[in-house]
Amino acid sequence: MMQNVVNSIPTPNFEYALLSPILIMFFAACAGVLIEAFLPNEKRRLTHLLVIFTSLLLAFFAVILQSGPNGRALVASGTVALDGPGWILQGTILLIAAMSALLFAESKVDPLGDAFAARASTLPGGEEEKTVTKLGWAQTEVWPLLSFSVTGMLLFVTANDLLVMFVALEVMSLPLYLLAGLARRRRLLSQEAALKYFILGALASAILLFGSALTYAYTGSLEFGQISNGISSANNSPGLLTAAIALVAVGMLFKIGAVPFHQWVPDVYTGAPTPVTSFMAGAVKVAAFGGLLRIFYVAFGSLVWDWRPLIWVVAGLTMVVGSVIALSQSDFKRMLAYSSISNGGFILVGFSGTNRAAIAAVLIYLITYAFATVGAFALITLIREQAGESATLIRWKGLGKKSPLAAGLMSLFMLSFAGVPLTSGFTAKFGVFTAAIAGGATPLVLIGVLASVIAAVFYIRVIILMFFSDPIPEGPFVVVPSVFTTIAISASTVVTIILGLFPQIVIDLVSSASVFLR
Amino acid sequence: MNPNAYLVLSGIIFSIGALGVLLRRNAIVAFMSVELMLNAANLAFVTGARVWGKLDGQAAAFFVMVVAAAEVVIGLAIIITIFRTRNSASVDEASLLRW
Repeated sequence: MMQNVVNSIPTPNFEYALLSPILIMFFAACAGVLIEAFLPNEKRRLTHLLVIFTSLLLAFFAVILQSGPNGRALVASGTVALDGPGWILQGTILLIAAMSALLFAESKVDPLGDAFAARASTLPGGEEEKTVTKLGWAQTEVWPLLSFSVTGMLLFVTANDLLVMFVALEVMSLPLYLLAGLARRRRLLSQEAALKYFILGALASAILLFGSALTYAYTGSLEFGQISNGISSANNSPGLLTAAIALVAVGMLFKIGAVPFHQWVPDVYTGAPTPVTSFMAGAVKVAAFGGLLRIFYVAFGSLVWDWRPLIWVVAGLTMVVGSVIALSQSDFKRMLAYSSISNGGFILVGFSGTNRAAIAAVLIYLITYAFATVGAFALITLIREQAGESATLIRWKGLGKKSPLAAGLMSLFMLSFAGVPLTSGFTAKFGVFTAAIAGGATPLVLIGVLASVIAAVFYIRVIILMFFSDPIPEGPFVVVPSVFTTIAISASTVVTIILGLFPQIVIDLVSSASVFLR
Repeated sequence: MNPNAYLVLSGIIFSIGALGVLLRRNAIVAFMSVELMLNAANLAFVTGARVWGKLDGQAAAFFVMVVAAAEVVIGLAIIITIFRTRNSASVDEASLLRW
């Protein structure tokens, strides 16, 4: 078993052009750090905005230009797989990140400034905090943090190697832990969210890493393609393999927020500043599911019959538990967090399809869900009271009479989450359910349909509350945002309607690109 | 020298770490337990490298160390902010968010 001859590591070669989206975001992040170091306070915000939107746009064009048939390759010595799903996920993440960045940039809805604490180091409620807020200081470090996180995501969804995947996961998560703790209002909650997110996120990463290490010990390789070969050829100690796959799965399901590893989701979504929450619910979800797809279909693809029952159980639990607990929520942000959990369950249902159909269905769901969820969170930032955002559901009574536009758009997103026809949510749910039935998971689809009925109850309840009851005195008011939030909300509205009316656009795009390279 | 023994040892260290995160109340101790889990993974990586006669497992261990160091920076920053606000690093007291 033991070999004493040690092979040398070959010099890696990098296809810089193909890796350019990742590199652009990485350089943007480094530029952000330099801006923090060298520019005076008052010039930083504008420069950061310029850098981040230029780089997101450039990276997105790089994705479009290179994602053609010539751009599908294993690069960086086989550690990064730029294939159809990889490019689609990268493109989606960049668009969602751009929309979240617009929300990050919004400084008009709150009279005190943007959504972030003036100085994270000041004590909540202290004199110092009041002084720096009055001086109009801003924690502009959020921009490089956002860029680093996007860099990690772009790498994470294309990682074809367990070590690269782990490093990308950390590059993606570490900035998020900090961003979660930077809220301007209700800072105690925000800091608590950061602590919980950090401890549980670090635990999940460690579990994933130990799973990776056991996989390496079993198959002798970190690369997904070779892991797959190693699993088919090795025949010793299946216990080790089971432990490895279970740990990797637990680590990934934690990141996704699947039941029973979902406890952190509602706390973190509620406590974090709403723009950050939109980024987590949109982009992080896309990235985490992208990674899960690749690891399960490429590295553990030959064991599909072994891991599928596990996914069935988790998917069923996630849909039902997420929907049922969401019913009892009184806070809108928290309700959306549970809705995000249960939507994660619906996405997992897609995993029971046969290879191509499953990958396509999951990708479509991710795209539609991410756009709608960013829109919904963007609207939350506009519905405010004197003390900040007004997320207590009962206070939203009669909002439709005071502000039909905001309430109408919120209803559109609610209907899309509920999967009502003619919205993008229907396209998505229909996709995963057909894929699952074709893959022979009819009982799971039945549970899914039941869960979406339960879920529809609490989505519709919000609409009824807003349109069919009288406004309460001194209730929340809707703020007119600056151009940033307006663009973000318009974009997600347009995508939600277009993909509902003409689902063929996204279906054609995705089905032509639903094969993983290995 | 049976490499399986090292894998078992790494499994034990990992379990101690995982229990530590789940059971200990002090955020810093929970955090140290996470580091223990990462080091258990390092041991498994190096064992794998030895078994298969490859270097990439050992290289992986270095990457993990770097990532662990970065995690320490972020983690301590968050714990210190919370400590300054509450004068306590207990995870149980941070319980404004429930259900």
